[in-house]
Amino acid sequence: MENRIDKLFKRKERDILSVYYTAGFPKRDDTLPLARALETSGVDMLELGMPFSDPLADGPVIQQSSEIAIRNGMCIEVLFQQLSALRQLVTIPVVLMGYYNPVLQYGVKAFAERASALGVDGVIIPDLPLDEYEANYRHLFETLNLRMIFLITPQTSEDRIRKIAQLSGGFIYAVSSASVTGSSGSVVSEREVYLKRLASMDLKKPVLVGFGIRTREDRLGVRPYAAGVIVGTAYIKAISEGDTNEQTYSFIQNLQV
Amino acid sequence: MTSTYHINENGFYGAFGGAYIPELLYANVEILRLNYKRIIHSDEFQQVFRQLLKDYVGRPSPLYYAERLSKHYNARVFLKREDLNHTGAHKINNTIGQILMAQRLGKTRIIAETGAGQHGVATATVCALMGLPCVVYMGAVDIERQAPNVERMRLLGAEVRAVHSGSKTLKDATNEAIRDWISHPEDTHYIIGSVVGPHPYPDMVALFQSVISEEIKSQLEEQAGKVHPDYVVACVGGGSNAAGAFYHFMDVPQVKLIAAEAAGKGIDSGHTAATVAIGAPGIIHGSKTLLMQDKDGQITEPYSISAGLDYPGIGPLHAHLAQTGRAMVIPVTDTEALEAGYELCCMEGIIPALESAHALACLKKLELNPDDTIVVNLSGRGDKDLETYINNLPHGK
Ligand SMILES: Cc1ncc(COP(=O)(O)O)c(C=O)c1O
Repeated sequence: MENRIDKLFKRKERDILSVYYTAGFPKRDDTLPLARALETSGVDMLELGMPFSDPLADGPVIQQSSEIAIRNGMCIEVLFQQLSALRQLVTIPVVLMGYYNPVLQYGVKAFAERASALGVDGVIIPDLPLDEYEANYRHLFETLNLRMIFLITPQTSEDRIRKIAQLSGGFIYAVSSASVTGSSGSVVSEREVYLKRLASMDLKKPVLVGFGIRTREDRLGVRPYAAGVIVGTAYIKAISEGDTNEQTYSFIQNLQV
Repeated sequence: MTSTYHINENGFYGAFGGAYIPELLYANVEILRLNYKRIIHSDEFQQVFRQLLKDYVGRPSPLYYAERLSKHYNARVFLKREDLNHTGAHKINNTIGQILMAQRLGKTRIIAETGAGQHGVATATVCALMGLPCVVYMGAVDIERQAPNVERMRLLGAEVRAVHSGSKTLKDATNEAIRDWISHPEDTHYIIGSVVGPHPYPDMVALFQSVISEEIKSQLEEQAGKVHPDYVVACVGGGSNAAGAFYHFMDVPQVKLIAAEAAGKGIDSGHTAATVAIGAPGIIHGSKTLLMQDKDGQITEPYSISAGLDYPGIGPLHAHLAQTGRAMVIPVTDTEALEAGYELCCMEGIIPALESAHALACLKKLELNPDDTIVVNLSGRGDKDLETYINNLPHGK
């Protein structure tokens, strides 16, 4: 079967909306109902965060959601149990995102096989070194038809961007500014310069822009240069209060372009 | 020199080390990796570094033959007096080195994490010396228990930022410093306080601290007529004072290396920081090493009476030394450390840091012969720990 991420980017070249949220937050069993609600609201792709005790690249909102999710009992095993019903309920691509240590303890091979069997399409492990992926896991992931997605930042050198573009599966995750998740975001003019530079590199892989993307205006700003955006912190804030379904619908409604 | 104990060209000590960092940190770490060796080994750097160690830090620190302690333990006990350094601990050897590194990389803002506050003070000190702005991250719990050091940092012009996430101790302060670095990739250098973090930090910090064993060798030769002690003992938080004390002896098999780790209330008590005793391989702060974690790979909260040892990992060098059996790792409880601390006060007139007291406690646990020469690295002085010492005094004293 064709990978759902690849299929999405074939079908849609602009305005892709991917939403990140922490599995097991606010309640342990919210993972799948939220996935449903997001798909129904018109979201194109999901990034399910696997909570970690020490999320180095995340700001306070995702840190707290991770802490609560862990306290709720969320872990990779529980997440996989929840995802056993994934493909009965959700058709859009799903990416699992988490730090390396929990995946390492689970066993990378077991993790990848299980994820693939459950209908997961891609994985993001921000602290997995490129070399280690290439040497140890690339073959495994490719065999399982799982995309391993890598990040680039405004500080990533051109050579390295090209190497990452070649290695990254499905798309390239462009961090919009030098910051952890949930910061006030980049100065719009700086972001534009960066995205223009990326667009001019002709990377042959779609680019999604994440970190500091919160509003409809952010989406419109990215539109000329990239295939779409990833929204995380702003969504987690939205579902932290009130009815998660209602919050999801109105949050996504406000993001429509 | 081909040896199994030094770092290899990929940044690993055996199975441990590496740079497991998000792309957001890559450029920062890469600049260091590409330049640190060239800079450190340049004549210009060495000249300035050595001069500052001598005139500003007060090196060489004495190697003191502790006569009463020796009699008590029936062996020849020497104390390497890092407590006599400016700012009161070994930490300044590293911060002097790193501030010179930062300057040569063109960095204009310094950040650091601190547990006991000793590294924070040592960083604030060199920032004042060089006129660079300094932000120190410190867990809220540590701010409470190491209050005098917080005041010292502020007096030296540093901004101390309280960290309220996680266990509010050293691990969380390190997370927060890393997040700051992610947000300031151009102008900021992160002065890590131990032999932890992504490559090249463990190697760089070990190089700066290696002056400790370099001096031990020549001092021992002068005082005892031999270059190699039978034992070198040091406490391990992240492992920088131990790395420095072991460095020039790692490849000399007859020198036994003893690492004291903080057992807290006991290794099976659930209140411990004894990483080697109860940890497993994994990734913490960008390094593959031993760390305390649960079955899901979540890092667990350490505990030790000593803020400087209250860390759930150890540097990759020490994971390698422990796993290969090159170093013997001894867990020391709060109580044992306090006792060893009180003993040094009364027997030698030296108040050791609680961290260093863990190393001293090993004297009781080793089977020593009368002609054994044993060097204990007295990594710091106990001024910062007075309150803890006094509050825990045995009744009737
Ligand atoms: C006096 C002293 N000794 C030891 C340590 C532990 O650090 P390391 O293991 O890096 O030497 C500290 C840390 O704060 C310290 O202040």
